Amino acid sequence: MTLIKANVVVQLKSAVHDPQGETIRHALEQLELGQVESVRQGKFFELTVEASSKEEAEKIVREIALRVLSNPVLEVFQVEIES
Amino acid sequence: MPRFAVCVFPGSNCEEDVQYALQNVLGEPTDLVWHKDTSLEGYDAAILPGGFAHGDYLRPGAVARFSPIMTAIQKMADEGKPVIGICNGFQMLQEAGLLPGAMLRNQTLTYICRYLHLRPEQLDSPLTSGLSEGELLRIPIGHADGNFYADDETLETLERNDRVVFRYVNAQGAREDTANPNGAANAIAGVRNERGNVLGLMPHPDRCYQEELGTADGRKLFESLIAWTKERT
Repeated sequence: MTLIKANVVVQLKSAVHDPQGETIRHALEQLELGQVESVRQGKFFELTVEASSKEEAEKIVREIALRVLSNPVLEVFQVEIES
Repeated sequence: MPRFAVCVFPGSNCEEDVQYALQNVLGEPTDLVWHKDTSLEGYDAAILPGGFAHGDYLRPGAVARFSPIMTAIQKMADEGKPVIGICNGFQMLQEAGLLPGAMLRNQTLTYICRYLHLRPEQLDSPLTSGLSEGELLRIPIGHADGNFYADDETLETLERNDRVVFRYVNAQGAREDTANPNGAANAIAGVRNERGNVLGLMPHPDRCYQEELGTADGRKLFESLIAWTKERT
């Protein structure tokens, strides 16, 4: 068993309006850094799990992301296992 | 005589209001039950109160749904007993999968605390059975995440099966954007499960159960709950 690090990003589904992202985009208009077409905001989680392989770690983290870190009614997630 | 349970989580802040309304105002035995308790044996109805359980960390209700008491709540729901979620309690029931949809941040991105008008859409629910047809209620909301969301298919199912129990309307009882400041889909303020015994609503009847509090409309919902529970005990 080794300790494996995983990153999880949780975001609203693309069909779900993201008023926070939209508000950030409005704020960016005040900066003269070029046109920002859209902003979608989300949450980032860094997990360290004990697992025998990267595959097993990914399986555990996906389950956690699905059942706890995201709400499948309105969010989607991405899992990245650190090498 | 039925007995009511109000579940208390770290960060709940409306449990005593609910208890006061049921017990002191309406005379029904009502206990506060800690979220680490595992049983609701002996209770005929349970209320999940408003507040910020576990600081609303992660998402409102997302941590609370793993509390031991939620297993007992699930059991009560399965037994057909009334389970009512008010505000944060509603969010917990959604996170637990006992009620449909989820709450997005209010479209204003602000915490909104004000009186709104509600139109009861169904009069055969634990909270509305004592109301009369066409009666409007004035009940306050106080939340940052009350923007009811469900996909189109779910919304359609809820409407078709008469599961929307409360809707935000204007003083004349009509739907209007300004009467629904958080932007809830279909102006939904409260829904029930398929069986009808689990009901969640964002507005707070526990903040308006006597005239001194602005309106006593909330009292009618508690009276309905008591009558509904007694008929089934």
